[in-house]
Amino acid sequence: MNVLEVAGLNVSVRDTTLVSDVDLTVGPGERVGLIGESGSGKSLTALSILGLLPEDVVPSGSVRLSGVDHDLIGADERALSRIRGRDLAMVFQEPMTALNPTMRIGDQIAETMLIHHTHPTRSAARAAAADLLDRVQLPADLLRAYPHQLSGGQRQRVVLAIALSNDPALLICDEPTTALDVTVQALVLDLIVQGVVARSSALLFITHDLAVVATVCERVLVMYGGRVVESGPVHEVFTNPRHRYTQGLLAASNLEAAGSRLTTIPGTVPAAGHFPSGCVFRNRCAHATDLCATTPAWSGTSTTGYACHHPAGAPHA
Amino acid sequence: MLVFGFLAVLPGDPARVALGVNASDEAVAELRRQFGLDRSLPVQYVDWLGGLLRGDLGTSYVSKAAIGPQVFDRLQVTLILVVAAMAIALVLAVPAGTVMAARHRRLSGVALSALSQVGVAVPAFLAGILLIMVFAVKLGWLPANGWTPPAQDPAMFLRQLVLPALSLGLVQGAVLTRYVRSAVLDVLREDYLRTARAKGLRPFPALWRHGLRNAAVPVVTVLGLQLATLLIGAVVVERVFVIPGLGSLLLDGVSQRDLILVQDVVMVLVVAVLLVNFLVDLLYVALDPRLRTGTR
Repeated sequence: MNVLEVAGLNVSVRDTTLVSDVDLTVGPGERVGLIGESGSGKSLTALSILGLLPEDVVPSGSVRLSGVDHDLIGADERALSRIRGRDLAMVFQEPMTALNPTMRIGDQIAETMLIHHTHPTRSAARAAAADLLDRVQLPADLLRAYPHQLSGGQRQRVVLAIALSNDPALLICDEPTTALDVTVQALVLDLIVQGVVARSSALLFITHDLAVVATVCERVLVMYGGRVVESGPVHEVFTNPRHRYTQGLLAASNLEAAGSRLTTIPGTVPAAGHFPSGCVFRNRCAHATDLCATTPAWSGTSTTGYACHHPAGAPHA
Repeated sequence: MLVFGFLAVLPGDPARVALGVNASDEAVAELRRQFGLDRSLPVQYVDWLGGLLRGDLGTSYVSKAAIGPQVFDRLQVTLILVVAAMAIALVLAVPAGTVMAARHRRLSGVALSALSQVGVAVPAFLAGILLIMVFAVKLGWLPANGWTPPAQDPAMFLRQLVLPALSLGLVQGAVLTRYVRSAVLDVLREDYLRTARAKGLRPFPALWRHGLRNAAVPVVTVLGLQLATLLIGAVVVERVFVIPGLGSLLLDGVSQRDLILVQDVVMVLVVAVLLVNFLVDLLYVALDPRLRTGTR
């Protein structure tokens, strides 16, 4: 039984579809990466799982979480708030603004446990908060500190401690290290992996950084234009990409091609709602033909495959 | 200094007004000597200021009585009125502004918003007259005017306080509602509110526990500024409701050219406003830990 099963997820704002037909599963204890450029729909996918999309952005499809006997899409606020922070937790991109500036760190960590009654008393929750701080390698005297007294890396570790406080079945991280200095990125990534492994929690890790996915995740999904264009085990996708977009993405981040010009994918990501019909990548793809005006079917299994008419590595390509 | 300067150049000799138009020039000159008005302006200024520092507000040109006790009696009345009005404004504005912000896309929010816009446009004295017409004249529920000290008859005191406090408070409440709305709207867009929701808090509890204190900072600023407006509004409303407050004392002083009384009242108002601003600054520090330095 998978921890998370997303099927046929669509996200739209008024008449514009931002995410279409996303299928996504995460097994127990599995670490899955979701990569793509800005505007590819990664964050919207995460927010629809959590039910925290902005007011005028509407999801449809199905999001099921193990242990919850109803679909998360269309569930009411009362039902969702019981799941959020307990079974399903999230670390956001911006550590500088994710914490309440007027509340002490300790109270902000303890609050999650008090909301869900996972600790009977305020003092028990406080003690647990100190323990959580220790596990993200922060001193216990920070419990009485306010967020502005901490650095970005420290704050992100506090956000992680909050997210992990109720041992969630699934942790979603949305670009958790993008806003951090390179020197603390590795530490935070390490703490995230340690945290989920220690709790046998599953991880859905969203990033645009391929190197980060390679170190953190076992399986990866590549998103472009609001669609999943390729998925599979990290090693396989990174060494033998099939979709032309994945190929371009890997070439663009190849640091070993020293001396030569940086490789880029021609063109820019279109604005939301302005992706071409059929294959969303065809206006930037060197291999595109008339056939690409039709939406490419998914080839492969539900967890390993791609959606491309002219895949890389195919005999006729 | 400004207060003193403006009043000194104002036309109308206090001594002549006090004695009436038929008084002889000698009598006027004699009275000017008594009041010390024959001295040079700087000397008068220093004398007055020195008195203020010693807590002596001087002697009225008209009633010949010491001004100090009179001003402080009246100040109490005005303060009660202003504080009551502020309480009404807050009780009105905080829930209304919050609902307006949380439902700013829905009909209920827009309707409240329009209502508050109308409230902003109504001056306090007009609100007072309308309230008197409806609740005192038409319905006869409450007295139209007057003032009873709370120690003398608490019930009457409250009944008489309701209408003037409402006429000040409703208008201020309407203004304050707009600020509460925009402060809450700003907070609703903050990342930490999304974090609070992600922890499992439902929208209103999240706003209550994480948004209120953050939204309070800009609202407190406006509150401080509004207290000054309220004091001025009280001057007019005290006239409408025949309340013996600082405002009516000030207006009496002006019409009788009792310059020293006017100076004193204005000075007391200025000090009150300064004091409020100081309190607002202290409140900031209490609300926002980022403003505290050197402590953890």
